[in-house]
Amino acid sequence: MTKSKSAYSEPGKLGKSEHHIIVVWVDNEAGVLARVVGLFSGRGYNIESLAVAEVDKKKHISRITIVTSGTPSVIEQIKLQLKKLIPVHKVADFKRNDPNILFKELALFKVVSSKKNREKAQKLCKKYNAFVLDKSKNSFVIQVTALRRDIDKLIEILSPLGLVSTSRTGAVAMTRGSETFK
Amino acid sequence: MGKLISGAEIVFKVLEHHKVDHIFGYPGGAVLPIYDELKNHKTIKHILVRHEQGAGHAAEGYARSSGKPGVMLVTSGPGATNAVTALTDAYMDSIPIVCISGQVPTHLIGTDAFQECDTTGITRPCTKHNWLVKDINDLAKIMDLAFEVATTGRPGPVLVDIPKDIQFKKTNFVLKNSNKKKLNGKSSSNGKITTNNLDKVISLMKKSSKPIFYTGGGVINSGPEASNLLRELISLTGFPITSTLQGLGAYPGDDPSFLGMLGMHGTYEANNAMYSCDLMVNIGARFDDRITGKVDEFSPNSKKIHIDIDPSSIGKNIKVDLAIVSDVGSFLKALNKRIKEKHKDFLNSNKHNISKWWKDIDKWRQKKSLSFKNSKEVIKPQYAVQRLYELSKNKDTFITTEVGQHQMWAAQHYKFNKPNRWMTSGGLGTMGYGLPAAVGVQIAHPDKLVIDIAGEASVLMTMQEMSTAVQYKLPIKIFILNNQYMGMVRQWQELLHEKNYSESYTAALPDFVKLAEAYGCVGIKASKPDELDEKINQMININEPVIFDCRVDPSENCYPMIPSGKPHNQMLLGPEDEKEEVSDEGKTLV
Ligand SMILES: Cc1ncc(C[n+]2csc(CCOP(=O)(O)OP(=O)(O)O)c2C)c(N)n1
Ligand SMILES: [Mg+2]
Repeated sequence: MTKSKSAYSEPGKLGKSEHHIIVVWVDNEAGVLARVVGLFSGRGYNIESLAVAEVDKKKHISRITIVTSGTPSVIEQIKLQLKKLIPVHKVADFKRNDPNILFKELALFKVVSSKKNREKAQKLCKKYNAFVLDKSKNSFVIQVTALRRDIDKLIEILSPLGLVSTSRTGAVAMTRGSETFK
Repeated sequence: MGKLISGAEIVFKVLEHHKVDHIFGYPGGAVLPIYDELKNHKTIKHILVRHEQGAGHAAEGYARSSGKPGVMLVTSGPGATNAVTALTDAYMDSIPIVCISGQVPTHLIGTDAFQECDTTGITRPCTKHNWLVKDINDLAKIMDLAFEVATTGRPGPVLVDIPKDIQFKKTNFVLKNSNKKKLNGKSSSNGKITTNNLDKVISLMKKSSKPIFYTGGGVINSGPEASNLLRELISLTGFPITSTLQGLGAYPGDDPSFLGMLGMHGTYEANNAMYSCDLMVNIGARFDDRITGKVDEFSPNSKKIHIDIDPSSIGKNIKVDLAIVSDVGSFLKALNKRIKEKHKDFLNSNKHNISKWWKDIDKWRQKKSLSFKNSKEVIKPQYAVQRLYELSKNKDTFITTEVGQHQMWAAQHYKFNKPNRWMTSGGLGTMGYGLPAAVGVQIAHPDKLVIDIAGEASVLMTMQEMSTAVQYKLPIKIFILNNQYMGMVRQWQELLHEKNYSESYTAALPDFVKLAEAYGCVGIKASKPDELDEKINQMININEPVIFDCRVDPSENCYPMIPSGKPHNQMLLGPEDEKEEVSDEGKTLV
């Protein structure tokens, strides 16, 4: 019996993988996103979604929100490694099921179909802060904001109703209440 | 308003500000303005290497042996890509390097211009930080910051990429000392060492009956004072100490408290002590996989304390019970002080507690795991290192190595008594490191004996730097343990791949004596054990670069060895152990 003859030790026992939202405040300078994303790909961490934009025009601070999954020790490493990057100011970490955190994605759907199906589609979107942004005689573009799994579900049920194009952002997150993350 | 000066001049002004005396480099189109400016700065000497990788390793040798950052200068495109191996090496081994690279003019960036490459993109994962300078007014600040980042916290390489037009452009030179940006909190080297933490450490030490200190490169990086404090700590506690490959020299290699190096080719006593201890105090080491082997079975019954300057090193591979983020030197100082103030009698009151432990250790020592069967006919590589040690130990000798069996034999048989005397590529394992590193060491220590303990395969990777040594009259000694094989590869093939020596023999090796002569230095060859001493003495006494072709037994293997997949208490001690020990499972794990 020949097994592979690699130069390294076997993986040890793995912890359980969890979903986390990592929020990173960075100097908005050239290459900063590449540094953050490169750290994830280079060390084999997972990125489920990513959202980034400057949030402080004066100090040029951008806020990056990354949804990731990993074992507790991987999540810990992600935070510690991010904090080592020079342009990083602070790093927050929330479990996805943390009740104290608000967490939203935005999606645009284009639906092309019969009037009946379009009406059906519009109704299904209704409870997700739906806005119709554009209408033509056989189509509409609708915006929803919801949790990732709701958007996933919407895509599934809109497909047979004429969904032809989907565009969605990564999740953004914020804590409830008056506190902010220091 | 002051005089306007060029970007190229600003580069030198900042180098002068940081008291840089040597830069290792290689010219090219994109750095010509900087080379043009060189003549105006007499305190900075440029060392012309023969390949940019050599510049990097030379800067590493310079930095490792002197404690100062190493500086390198390369051109765009191939100059920068050639530097990548050395930058990665420095990143893995935490060596402070400032690399200045030229870049095509700003208006050509992104056009696939001649000798353009995405240097900051390529070097992003192998530097602590890098910068592409797009505005001449940022240059001084960035250059200054580069030194700050390279030398603070856990040291490492940085790169500043300077487009050619920026080198020509002129501006006012201002270097605001007060402007030291805090690097978003990263420049400070110290977490807080609380007395609470110190007392926890001391309490764990008092409770322990089988303690061990496991120390690493962090002690060296913290400066020579940290090594002194480490010695004091051992004398205050009476505990045994082992060291990683990178930490050798922080504690005297010939002291009875020292168990030798640990890890894959570490001593029997060090590895067994690591396995059996009930308290492990890791000071400035990083639980590297060549140390831990299989993590699930690593030192299963010990409480673990980890002191490291880099928070991300703590808990990465091995969970610990007490983590202290700190510079090693500051920690040791505080700990020793606390022991001396509050626990004056630690050594004596604790002696009984650990006496059984020392007996265990002595038992393991009896195995004499570094012993080997010597020969009268052929030179055994271990014997060659032993003789080299005996004949050079009374000089303040600096040793570099390449990568392979010879590196491990050097680590096992050369005993270091001071920090910064041992330069080896540990994290990356870069063949070709030792010769250029020796060049850098000799630049930093012109009057010291500098020896590269080399393998014949490795040394050919950067052999061209002999030319650099000759040009600058650097009397480095290249001591080649010539076994005609990529010995470490051959050893694994013997043990794990049914002796299928696939491509590990180098046919058509050069005649190293003639090669030495071709470079304009001295070649010496030794083939018999009884001529070794005389020839080594001859080498040491020549004040010129020497290539020493030491013909050693081609079939010797490096022991002891932890066959992977085994815990630390099951080492192979020699060829007799080989037969049944490496299981199929083990083969997957080496
Ligand atoms: C640049 C590079 N390529 C390949 C390797 C893999 N490798 C590790 S040791 C070794 C053999 C080294 O041979 P030699 O320099 O003769 O040393 P010896 O083991 O014979 O003492 C090789 C090929 C490496 N470490 N570095
Ligand atoms: Mg060899």
